[in-house]
Amino acid sequence: MAVLEVKDLKIYYKTLKGYSKAVDGVSFQIEENEFLGLVGESGCGKSTIAKAILRILPVNGEVVGGEVRYKGKDILSMRPRELKKVQWKEISMVPQSAMNSFDPVYQIEYQMMEAIRAHEKMTQQAAQSKIEEMFALVGLNKARLKDYPHQFSGGMRQRAMIAMSLVLDPTLIVADEPTTGLDVIVQDQILVRIKEIQEKLKKTMLLITHNMAVVAENCSKIGVMYAGKIMEYGGKSVFENPYHPYTLGLIHAFPSLDETDRELLSIPGSPPSLLNPPEGCRFRQRCPFSADPCAEKEPSLRRVEEGHFSACHYPDQVEKFRDLAKKPATWQ
Amino acid sequence: MKTADEAVKRFSSSRKRSFVNWALQSIRVIFKDSLGATGLILVAFFILMALLAPVVAPHGPFDVVYKPDKTVARLVPPNLTNLLGTTNQGMDVFSQLLHGSRIALLVGILSAIGSALIGTAVGLFSGYYGGWVDQLLMRLTDIAFGIPFLPFAMLAISLSRPSLYLVILLIVLFLWRTTARVIRSQVLTLKERPFIWAARAAGVSHLRILFIHIGPNVLPFSFLYMAIGISYGVMTEASLSFLGFGDPHVMSWGQMLNFSFNAGAMRNAWWWVLPPGLCLSLFVTSAFMITRAYEEMINPRLREF
Repeated sequence: MAVLEVKDLKIYYKTLKGYSKAVDGVSFQIEENEFLGLVGESGCGKSTIAKAILRILPVNGEVVGGEVRYKGKDILSMRPRELKKVQWKEISMVPQSAMNSFDPVYQIEYQMMEAIRAHEKMTQQAAQSKIEEMFALVGLNKARLKDYPHQFSGGMRQRAMIAMSLVLDPTLIVADEPTTGLDVIVQDQILVRIKEIQEKLKKTMLLITHNMAVVAENCSKIGVMYAGKIMEYGGKSVFENPYHPYTLGLIHAFPSLDETDRELLSIPGSPPSLLNPPEGCRFRQRCPFSADPCAEKEPSLRRVEEGHFSACHYPDQVEKFRDLAKKPATWQ
Repeated sequence: MKTADEAVKRFSSSRKRSFVNWALQSIRVIFKDSLGATGLILVAFFILMALLAPVVAPHGPFDVVYKPDKTVARLVPPNLTNLLGTTNQGMDVFSQLLHGSRIALLVGILSAIGSALIGTAVGLFSGYYGGWVDQLLMRLTDIAFGIPFLPFAMLAISLSRPSLYLVILLIVLFLWRTTARVIRSQVLTLKERPFIWAARAAGVSHLRILFIHIGPNVLPFSFLYMAIGISYGVMTEASLSFLGFGDPHVMSWGQMLNFSFNAGAMRNAWWWVLPPGLCLSLFVTSAFMITRAYEEMINPRLREF
């Protein structure tokens, strides 16, 4: 059974101008020990999905359809008491801007202790040794446990947050942009650490990021999101043999060490308003290959290879797309 | 590596502070600011005065002093037996002044604590829960803002029996409103901070988030308004007493002024008017100075570099 199963999830935000369709019919599943990466531009609904999984959507966010199942149990309909058994104990989170996710007025140790005590009956000593173990795992000195968050550097806080997410030995860890706001070197250290932990402790991970390189490097499964929908989904082949024009654009927008002379391109325009998304394919206004059918019919995720799906009407023309996508002129 | 570990350990243990150290350090911070230091010394003086009043004061606040010829010593100017002279009823002004400091401190502290408690609680619930809770509590605050204090207090006191605790209660009911507004606005920003989201994700209950995570983060503001409340409370009690709505069994500084005014002694018995007036101003000023220094600490924008 899949650890996490998201089926046709629709989350709308109520705004003064109407409903903003932040997530509109997203489905994916994560099997045990899998490392799924969700990539996409800002505002494409990645974090909203993470928040829905942990049931911490803001008050104006509403799940209007679909389901989220954790080991077969529907999270979205759980009562507070059931939910508390799952939150952090089964599904934990490394939140967005994890750097600021510690309460500034308490020592780190106290806060980790609080997390343990809230969910498990553990003796002070057992909890203490668990905390120390996790601190060692993320490479922090246990002598710093009694420090306040402001005495830590950004990277240390981030690592402490990862330690905190591991402290109850959860099955699934949702990491929502765990490296935002850190410099590249620290980013790398932390990602290496996450990857290590995932492999060593056999965790199931959902990584949410806008950084293609991070996903390409670490994840066993990849979902590319655009304007509230998954555009392409699959294993490593999403990056090796991309089918969707949006994925092609994203890949060519990132520098590569292998092709140093390649010109970087940017996808013109900006994502559509989610208040009133366009008919048909949501990417068509920015897609250099769009044709008439794109405006009429919304493409669904279709199998293009074994375990590889793309939401484009023209998987058969992919060779041409791949060639053209390399040239910046195509995107202008 | 070993030595580095040891160094870190030594560093951490050297920072383990005892309560005494911590208190001393806090006081040192206030003393860095000359305004705060002055205020602190003055307040310490008043506290000492209040503590020692029963020992030092030669008479009770309502004791009548007699001259050697057994007549009541009315309106005697300051001399060696009555350091600050006497009132028209022959009571020792110096003793009244000393006892008055106890009332001032009592009123100041109780009304400050009371209003800070109510204001903080209202602000926390209102800001955190929002919706109808917020509406209800904030409209209540609006009402509290809309009521003119003195007429309301005078009416309330004349409808019941004047007593010091009624006065304090009225002051509390009047003072909490500002604290509630300020705390509410702080909570509004705090509740959107990532650590609150993280706590929610960890399944922490709303009440626990409110009191364990948001509460301590707004405490500096509660304390600030508590400090402001001290001078406000004392001043308000003095106004009410001066207007004749104070507790007749309690000789506060405002009450002394009221007695001297009613006796028509304001112009000729300076020894009866000046001491309570000066003490009131000094006490309120010193509380204000501390407030000011403290505010500078918690609000970096007020700091001058």
